[in-house]
Amino acid sequence: MDDVEDERSTLAWFLTGARGIFSLPAVILMLSFVGFCSLTVQAGIPPEQVVFMTGIVWALPAKVILVSSIMSGASLATAFLAVSLSSVRLMPMVAALVPELRSSKTPTWLLLLLSHFVAITAWVFAMERVPKVPRDHRVAFFAGFGITLVAANMVLVGVVYHLVAEFPPLVAGCLFFLTPVYFLASIWHSARHPVVYLALAVGLVAGPLFYWIAPEFDILLAGVVGGTLAWGAERLWRSRREARP
Amino acid sequence: MTWTDGWWAYAFIAIAGWLATDLWRWLGVLAGKRLRDDSEALNWVRAVATALVAAVIAKLILYPTGVLAQSPLWLRVGAVTVGAIAFFVARQKPVAGIATSIAVLAIGLWWLGF
Repeated sequence: MDDVEDERSTLAWFLTGARGIFSLPAVILMLSFVGFCSLTVQAGIPPEQVVFMTGIVWALPAKVILVSSIMSGASLATAFLAVSLSSVRLMPMVAALVPELRSSKTPTWLLLLLSHFVAITAWVFAMERVPKVPRDHRVAFFAGFGITLVAANMVLVGVVYHLVAEFPPLVAGCLFFLTPVYFLASIWHSARHPVVYLALAVGLVAGPLFYWIAPEFDILLAGVVGGTLAWGAERLWRSRREARP
Repeated sequence: MTWTDGWWAYAFIAIAGWLATDLWRWLGVLAGKRLRDDSEALNWVRAVATALVAAVIAKLILYPTGVLAQSPLWLRVGAVTVGAIAFFVARQKPVAGIATSIAVLAIGLWWLGF
């Protein structure tokens, strides 16, 4: 009886996650995918391959780099290296999310499978909403959101590919700008640890700084150096405060 | 373009796209499994992940691709700044910040004749 009850609520939480498709972040991501679609049309990549790419790669920045590599006629090794370098950031993102998601009963294979659905939007969404979900149902909630989001965008890309006309520049510009502005507002809004505010501020400065110093590894360096700096500063501040009587 | 013919295209996408991204996600799972959710190590990982995403955000604003590449830097930074002010005035409501930023950008682009 208990098992039946549990089954039912797992499904219910999966569906609650799936309903996240109607949230602001999901809508913004879908608008970004419309923009990506017009890039692939220009690159001359057939629609079946764009749908395949959407499902199997998922992270949008990685796909943009993959498409650019294809357009420039890069070799497989070069494309692999370029996409890998841009995707290292997925590792700390997943590592930060996993302790929030899993319960003591969650098997590793399930986490490995679900990690595929992590990209910036799903990460920001999950870090924000998952703490409000009972721990035993967090995996179901995230699976519902992640799988629905990927499937919806695969369909969207397949449909939109044939319809993409040139947007008026003003609309295209605003669509593009939605993504960074949404990420900023939502990370600040959902931060539950003081270190997040500091890391956000430091990363915003460190990103352009390292782009200027070492454009090949800018994001990676900004993350590791900037993040460590923010962590150290917050830790120092915390220990000073605790030391005070 | 011969590149797009047949299985080779799918293999190319699978190796340079899927393997190159999921490899890092899997490593993230293995690393994340060792982290307790109240540990100092997780705090560091959280800081690094946030700083990485922040760097991506900064690049999107400062070095955009497409139409916005032709827009002036002051407009983009101005739109984010005004949006940030609206965000804090509206008690940190994301929608207020996002809508204000986009409105400022749209007015600016229109005024510049985009």
